[in-house]
Formats: sequence, C-alpha cells, structure tokens
Amino acid sequence: MPRQPDAPGPGPDAAPPGGRLRRFTAAERWVHRSTAALMGLCLVTAACLYLPPLAELVGRRRLVVTVHEWSGILLPLPVLAGLASRAFRADLRLLNRFGPHDRQWLRSALRRHWERPAGKFNAGQKLYASWTAGAALVMVGTGLLMWFPHLAPLVWRTGATFVHDWLALAVAAVVAGHLWMASRDPEARLGMRTGTVSPGWAAREHPLWAARERAARERAAAGRDAPDAPERPAPDQPRSRSSR
Amino acid sequence: MDTTSEPEGRGTPVGRRVVLGMLGLGAAGVAAGPFLQRGVDSFLGAAAGKDPTGLTGLLPGGGGFRYYSVADSVPHRGEADYRLTVDGLVDRPGSYRLADLRALPQDRLVRDVQCVTGWRVPRTPFEGVRLSRLLDAAGVRPGAHAVRFTCFDGAYSESLTLEQARRPDVLVALRMQDAAIGHAHGGPVRLYVAPMYFYKSAKWLSGITVTDRVRPGYWEQYGYDVDAWVGRSNGRDDAPTA
Repeated sequence: MPRQPDAPGPGPDAAPPGGRLRRFTAAERWVHRSTAALMGLCLVTAACLYLPPLAELVGRRRLVVTVHEWSGILLPLPVLAGLASRAFRADLRLLNRFGPHDRQWLRSALRRHWERPAGKFNAGQKLYASWTAGAALVMVGTGLLMWFPHLAPLVWRTGATFVHDWLALAVAAVVAGHLWMASRDPEARLGMRTGTVSPGWAAREHPLWAARERAARERAAAGRDAPDAPERPAPDQPRSRSSR
Repeated sequence: MDTTSEPEGRGTPVGRRVVLGMLGLGAAGVAAGPFLQRGVDSFLGAAAGKDPTGLTGLLPGGGGFRYYSVADSVPHRGEADYRLTVDGLVDRPGSYRLADLRALPQDRLVRDVQCVTGWRVPRTPFEGVRLSRLLDAAGVRPGAHAVRFTCFDGAYSESLTLEQARRPDVLVALRMQDAAIGHAHGGPVRLYVAPMYFYKSAKWLSGITVTDRVRPGYWEQYGYDVDAWVGRSNGRDDAPTA
C-alpha cells in the first residue's frame, strides 16, 4: 500500500533505529551535561579551597574563588534554559509526581527487595532530582550571602557559612552516590549520552515506562498500517483499554 | 491495581515538597547557624583532641589551620637566601638575615588565631621580634603614617597604620606552635598581628616599607576591611583575640 503523502517524516518523535527507545532529547542531554559540568567545577574548586593538601597543591586562591563563585551562580541556568523544551518540562512533571508504584519502590529499596516498579524515573531518581535542586538553591542563596558580605546582617552571614559548609559535604556525598550508581549501569549512561536505551534495559529498570512506550509504538504502527480503517478505535479514547 | 494504564505525571507532588522543604531547612539553618556552629565547634574541638586520623580537621569548624595561598607557587627560602628588607620613609634602610632576626630579643604571645572565613585555632603560640623594634632601629621619619608589607610569594601584600604597627602584640614571627615556622604556614618568617583577622598576618614576609599613607593589601582590594579587628570588622562578631 502506498504511503500517504502527508505521512509524518522522521521528526523528533520518530522511533530511533534498531528498536531502541527514545529516553532523552538533545535538549535534555545538554541540560544534564551543562549542569554536571558546573556542579563538577563547584565541587572541585570547593575541594581546592577547603582541603589543605589540595589548597597547598593548587594555590591561586583568588582564581579558584572566582571560578567557584561563577560556576555556583550559573548552576541553575541550564535547568532554566531547559524549560524552553517541551520534553524537559514533561520530564520535570514526571519527576515531581509520586504515584503508588513510587511508594512501593521506596518500600522495596528500604527492605532490599527487588520488586521495584518504576515509570520513566524511579522513586530514588525523583528524590535525588528534587533534593539536589533544593540543595543547589540553598547553596546559591547562602553563597550569595558570603560573596557579598555587606548584603545582609552579620548573623545571617555566620549562619550562611554554617549551612554552606555542611550542606556542601552532603551534596558531595549525594553526587558521589549518583556517580557510583551511574558507574554500575552502562546502559543508563548510554541513555544519557545518546538519548536512546535498549528495550530490555527499559523493561528491567523502568517497566511501567517501557510498557507505555511499547503500547504507544504499537498504536502508531497500527495507525500507519491502516490510517483510514473506520473500525479502529480512537487512540485517545479515555480509558479505552487496559494493557493487562 | 493496574498501574500501566495510569498515566504518569499524576499523583502527589512530592518533588516540589522536597525542594520547598530544602529551602525551609536552609533558611532555618541560616537562622540557627550561629548557635549550631558554637555547639559543633565545641564538640569537634573535643573530638579532634582524641582523633588520631585527623579526619575531624576536614569538617567545618573542626579546628586546625587551613592553607591559603594567592600565588601559583611559592619559592622556599632558608638560612642562605632569606632576606627581610626595611625601607621607605626611614633614616636607616637595611636588611636582615634569619640569624640577624634570631639575635634580636624575642617575644612570645599565646592567643587565638581567627580567620575571617570562620575557623579559629585556640591558644596558638607565636615567637619573634616586635615589629616596633625593627621600626625603631630603622628610624621612622616624620610624615610617615603607615607600613606596607610585601611577601616573597610575589603576590601578597598587607598594610597597617603606624599606630597599629607599633602595638606590642604585632610580631615579625620566626616560630609558631613552639617550632620554626614551616613553609606551608608562611615560613621562615611571617607577620603576626594578634588582634586582627589572620589575613593581616602576611605569610612569607620579605619586605617592610614605611609609607605616608595606608595602601590596601591584597584581599583588601577585593573588599576585605583594612582595619581588620577581630569581632569588629568584615561583618563578623567573633570573640576578640587580643
């Protein structure tokens, strides 16, 4: 059967080759990459300011302070720029909302069970994203109080230094955990690097998301094969069918 | 329960609550920080005394010195090649070797060291020659009002008014913690200005120049206070050290 002249071409929503699943768009990967680079600069310069052996090795205190201040203040920028991307906004919404399966995931994780249902993001990833976002904002706020000492009363500054120092240790530990998890999962790293993941990985790590992607793909394939079949149910018909 | 037909993106907005919760905790931490910091200081101060690993020294307020250098690398100077010059508005400019400085009467001070970034090291002994003795030996001319200090790291500088420089608790220090000052702590010779924040106590001291007016030092060009009395400057309220 000849293709319809107005059939959709390989746009951004086109299925990736080789049966792989599209997990992140280019815009999302750039948000991640830039945030990671800025966070890395923040942590490395913080270590050079804070740990005596590193400080002795590096010196150049004024330069290190300047890099630390600017990488810190720019840290929220990639996420703000990412808001222009529809896919990024959709993922933020997924990260924000916790369903029943997320509670089950957390219970399983705490009890070391392996029954861990997850959508596109599991509950641990959701908590990581929101905790680091909140922590980054607190670090920017307290950092500004220390950067401009005459901005606020001096008791604020003492408190800001206290929060900035201790939260920095917590952020370093949590980011190290994030890197450790990534180091054990090559397919997850491939997903962040190329944007696509294998269906097997998706079914194992994010079964609910994989099932929805599969269903959407089947619907799309059915729609392409019989675009004018009158008996086909509308794809968006509310609660039309259950996948179970 | 059929979770796959449930569209994702519905449910409790836990993410937003975590972000707002962190902001709230951060604000509470800033408010309670001064009080909490005192508690942590005393706890870690006690723990550091019994900690053979030294790991407590890496925690905020864990006690001990932190190494700050503004230069990319700092040369080593010793008996053979160290010189301290005294010049500017003086009658008898001169230079001192380490042996010359050691031959002069030594004073010993035991005070707290307070850094403007918050850390404090209690009861730290410093020994050396009173700066006023070197100034008197050089003969300060009328019209002089200040002293400028330069360092052999090639970058750092500091300053004091002549009145501040003549205080008995301002030393050209040769020993710290009852040992010769090591390179990391600014050895062989550093300035020690007991009543002021520690950035005034320039490390690797190599030049004393008497001037007609105060020329702000390195950090002071980036907004630090020139008159850096502990507890009365830089927007801080630490207990005075002298």
